[in-house]
Amino acid sequence: MMGDARYWLREHRGTLAAFVAFVAMFALYAANHSAGLNANVAQTAANKGVVLAIVAMAQTLVVLTSGIDLSVGMVMVLANCLASHIAAGEAGVATVGVLGVLAVGAACGAINGMIVIFGRLQPIVTTIATGAVYYGVALALRPVPGGDVNAALADAATGQIAGMVPSSLLLLAALVVLVWWPFRRSVVGRAVYAIGSSEIAAYMSGMPIRRAKFVAYTLSGLLASVAGLFITFVTYSGEASVATGGTYTLYSIAAVVLGGVSLFGGSGSAVGAIFGALMFRTIGDLLFVFNVEPLWQPLFQGGVLMAAVCLGSLRLVRIRNRLELYG
Amino acid sequence: MADARSSGVDTASRSVAANSRRRIDPAVAWAFGCVGLVLVLGSLYSRSFLSPEYLLQQLKVASFLGVISTGAMIVILLGQIDLSVPWVVAVGGMMATAATGWGPLGEAIAIPVGVGCGILLGLVNGLGVAVLRLPSMVVTLAVNAVAQGLMVVHTGGFSPQASSSPAMRFLATGDTLLGIPNALVVWAIIGACAIFLLTRTTFGRSVYAIGNRERAAYLSGARTGAVVIAAFAIAGGLSAFGGVLLAGYASKAAQAMGDPYLLPAIAAVVLGGTSILGGRGNYLGTVAGVILITLLQSILSVMQIEEFGRHVIYGVVILVMLLIYGRGRKYSE
Repeated sequence: MMGDARYWLREHRGTLAAFVAFVAMFALYAANHSAGLNANVAQTAANKGVVLAIVAMAQTLVVLTSGIDLSVGMVMVLANCLASHIAAGEAGVATVGVLGVLAVGAACGAINGMIVIFGRLQPIVTTIATGAVYYGVALALRPVPGGDVNAALADAATGQIAGMVPSSLLLLAALVVLVWWPFRRSVVGRAVYAIGSSEIAAYMSGMPIRRAKFVAYTLSGLLASVAGLFITFVTYSGEASVATGGTYTLYSIAAVVLGGVSLFGGSGSAVGAIFGALMFRTIGDLLFVFNVEPLWQPLFQGGVLMAAVCLGSLRLVRIRNRLELYG
Repeated sequence: MADARSSGVDTASRSVAANSRRRIDPAVAWAFGCVGLVLVLGSLYSRSFLSPEYLLQQLKVASFLGVISTGAMIVILLGQIDLSVPWVVAVGGMMATAATGWGPLGEAIAIPVGVGCGILLGLVNGLGVAVLRLPSMVVTLAVNAVAQGLMVVHTGGFSPQASSSPAMRFLATGDTLLGIPNALVVWAIIGACAIFLLTRTTFGRSVYAIGNRERAAYLSGARTGAVVIAAFAIAGGLSAFGGVLLAGYASKAAQAMGDPYLLPAIAAVVLGGTSILGGRGNYLGTVAGVILITLLQSILSVMQIEEFGRHVIYGVVILVMLLIYGRGRKYSE
């Protein structure tokens, strides 16, 4: 039993570190907030953090295969623009619309996956190109910001449950339980980790490589579209903005790294990435409660990111043989 | 060179160099072929796409992307990536215009100040990758965030009012006697230096060797750490120089002026046949990639295709071209 615990700890070290860091930061934030920690403070913080958390989950799935998805923000923007058209109106119509948005997101992810698997292009260049295409489609749907969304649905997703718990957090938890856990425990999920560790070894062992990659990319697109939907619920409109898409893509990489997911693939978890994302968002909020001048905020955020990234080099301390440096 | 020639560093890269001497790299041929194809298709729409004035104007615009892509290519050859391009470009432009505002002395040193700041940021990237052994994607992302933070504090969050120095404007907008834009001359000089550096020096051969297999390069005696740091510093300097030229072209620097250059720079390098995994690539290919991307953007906008269509076509063209000649190997190979 002791041995099991040690392995479990080693496997989840990154996730646990991200969790502890987030809790510490959020406690500091809540303690110094003028209103203390009440339901409204939690709701605002959750709505801001959840979008990035979901995009970070999407990024994690691809990063685990030792790929990278630079189109994830653009799929989100596309979902946002589409949702502002078809997730509006009566409840029945809007529900079908939501399903449509999710289907389109999954299709975007599937296209990425197909190109990477059958086209044998590198994920980074594939997703740069498909990202441009997805953004073009988003712009066609929403040349100028606008649109609408079903208000009841939006309030349900961004409000509170029982006047206490932010429903966005429940949505996030549902994604973990319904998407991430089943994926992680499936053969396909195992294969994704194996591919990330060594694709050639996974191939030699008869792992379902193509299926695993396809599922990872498709789920990534699906999750990105959930994030896009959520943005629509918060803003009640759709906007095709390059800046939003690009920022979320880059922040998702930062969140994934803060969450202890290895960019080389094969290690880490989406739960870690979620805490990485929430931590990244809390840094910005911390500056707000400490009355730091808004001008200094980007520099501070960059500094924290830099420091967190540098922590990754602590592994060098344990390396005895110089050759281990050059994997 | 005599004793280095027997080392493994050299054999790996020598075969690359020998290959390019023996026959033209198919990817480079494809890329130039696509440039020709785009021009022919464009000329069906309007004759003016083949006029020397239009082509020179496009080459002038292309030279900004060309300078930035040169740095991106050196880093990609190492098997790394530089995501700090957007704000290093902005730092180059902003610090150069800021220096201009200091008076006559500042005006004289504006360009070195801008490029120097870029080199410093590039050094940080290089130290993170070579010494701290962090993935380049994260280090450069963090440096990008820090550079952005520094510039927001420096400018107060607005685009700076200071305008660019006469020297910057001369380089970016002036013409030489024969009517050839100065920016193009600048790109040609930088390109020639890059070709010399990559194919004729120990540094260049080490870059290819590290991109192929860093461990082998290290064991063969290449100074991998120093080469990686130098490569990132060069890339930072070139990105910042691109920003200096852009600020000279627009006569002032702006927030987010570098944002539209990150992805096109990577795309240009990859379209030119450089492997994103490192170790393989030819500078002529990058030249073709840069011209191709600039022409594509220009012709699509002249044809008055709506913006969304331009993005879609742009993405599809990159994908199709790469599917033709940029595919990876099968497991069985």
